[in-house]
Amino acid sequence: MIMEWANAIVQGTLLGGLYALFAAGLSLIFGVMRLVNIAHGDLIVLAAYLGLTTAIVLGVHPLAALLIVVPAMAAIGYALQRGVLNQTLGDDILPPLLVTFGLSVIIQNALLEVYSADPQKMDAGALETASISVGGLALGVLPLLTFAVAVAIIATLQWTFYRTALGRAFRAVSDNQDIAQLMGLNRRHVFGLAMALSLAVTAVAGILLGVRTSFDPSIGGGRLIFGFEAVIIGGLGNLWGTLAGGVILGVAQTVGAKINPGWQILAGHIAFLLILAVRPNGLFPRISG
Amino acid sequence: MSAKASQVTRTTNAARAAAVLGVIALVILIAAPWWAGRADMRLMSELFLYMALASLWNLMAGYAGLVSVGQQAYVGFGGYMLFALTIFAGLHPVFAIAAAAVLGAAISVPVAALIFRLRGAYFAIGTWVIAEVFRLGFAQVSALGGGSGSSLPVGIVKSLAASRSGRESLSYWLALGAALLVVVVIYGFLRSRKGLALTAIRDNELAAGSLGIDVWRTKFLVYVVVSALTAMIGALIFLQKLRISPDAAFSVNDWTAFVIFIVVIGGIGTIEGPIIGTLIFFLLRETLADLGTIYLMVLGLVAIVVMLKAPKGVWGFVRERFDVQLFPLGYRVVQVDGDKGA
Repeated sequence: MIMEWANAIVQGTLLGGLYALFAAGLSLIFGVMRLVNIAHGDLIVLAAYLGLTTAIVLGVHPLAALLIVVPAMAAIGYALQRGVLNQTLGDDILPPLLVTFGLSVIIQNALLEVYSADPQKMDAGALETASISVGGLALGVLPLLTFAVAVAIIATLQWTFYRTALGRAFRAVSDNQDIAQLMGLNRRHVFGLAMALSLAVTAVAGILLGVRTSFDPSIGGGRLIFGFEAVIIGGLGNLWGTLAGGVILGVAQTVGAKINPGWQILAGHIAFLLILAVRPNGLFPRISG
Repeated sequence: MSAKASQVTRTTNAARAAAVLGVIALVILIAAPWWAGRADMRLMSELFLYMALASLWNLMAGYAGLVSVGQQAYVGFGGYMLFALTIFAGLHPVFAIAAAAVLGAAISVPVAALIFRLRGAYFAIGTWVIAEVFRLGFAQVSALGGGSGSSLPVGIVKSLAASRSGRESLSYWLALGAALLVVVVIYGFLRSRKGLALTAIRDNELAAGSLGIDVWRTKFLVYVVVSALTAMIGALIFLQKLRISPDAAFSVNDWTAFVIFIVVIGGIGTIEGPIIGTLIFFLLRETLADLGTIYLMVLGLVAIVVMLKAPKGVWGFVRERFDVQLFPLGYRVVQVDGDKGA
């Protein structure tokens, strides 16, 4: 009995790694340019479909498809930011919100047109079922790998933010766009790079999602919500907080599912609303919204 | 400089003409059961209900700065209340619709207390989470059909009116009346003292606050009123459909995406915008709907282009070009001695 609950908590923690990956890209662009991308979930699904097509056309393992999908998504991100989203940034929150909302509907229906509504899944061979036994619990290799990737990506983003010239540019435009511009930074380019980085992370999240479960064009909204909940639970602007937020959300879902299979997603939302009621700024806030 | 008599007025000739035309159009629309076919009446009912949803969303986003992508929470809630109150409490459907509005207001109070903690765009996604909680919650209620939903029992449908044409007329008039009620409430609200406060908040939240306007309370009031009326419209929508399921009731595409596109294309932050936008939306839908997913992509693209190139929408363009207002909210000075004023 105790083992079953321990198992639910451990599996939830590992699931939280995937949610942290959904959230990291969202958190990154909010931190740099205060943009909330409503199309984020649909971009995750787009990455999953790109991975599927790459794996099938080239006949390679889904994880090898990352070599193509990550740069492709980064390029899409840069083009999207320079071509469309930069025009929406300003004091008014309405334009970025509505433009990314329109983008979300376009991506979703374009995927529906190209790939149909049938659920798809990537074939990762033996990786899907491999597991290792730790203290009586069977841990899937894929969830472990996902969690490790999440930790590595968040550590890399953290390092980029605080230890590199690019990160300094991100922080500078985040603090004051106009002064950063005066100091010789082209903020349009910096925003483009931030979105490219965000969608590169999204590409990894999308492929790991597509290997783990089946997906169809309509699931983007749900992925956006999970990522958003992880960001808010962890506290705005704190990447390690986002990982913690993802883990809390994942554990709430698996524990909820343990009580009643119909409650899995609902339990996650309720945990989020409870934390919002008690700690409106999240558990580890760093910047104010 | 000769002293000319001048007076302050709120109305304009265009508005007077529009009011007369509006009354004539209303009389013609009320008489629709005698001149329109069954399919036309269904289409017009749907149009009125979308017009109401768009006007309500516009009051929140265009005036109160509360951008919600979760209004389907209240549409679905209203629909489910209609089913629950008629099936389990034996209420007459018309009373159930009114009760749905009251319950919508009641549930929106704790919801607002929670999600008003989120700002700007995060508020938007917060409203979506609430809608998902409602959807998953109602899917757990097996008495209302759980995840697969249920139909309105025949006895309740027949309690509306004995004959089929009587029921169709009544449900048409309810939709028309609801849309009229929503537009009149919004117009009255915006012309009132509270409406002035709301317009001030829209223009500059900080300045409005410094003039003694309670920004939080004004927004809260708007949220509760909009939630109540949205729940009422939701009940009417599912009275037309006669069948409800969690996925249809809480659909983000049907009850929020379309509504947002209508308002953005018509002109956000004006009373006329959602009305014009609804007409354009139905015109596009009736001509392009055969294209299916392509139609939705075109709609999304049009909304993005409008937002980037003409953020005030179709009505904003008309207003700037011709300086007309059909629902005048501001005051203007006119000279009354016959000379054309500056």
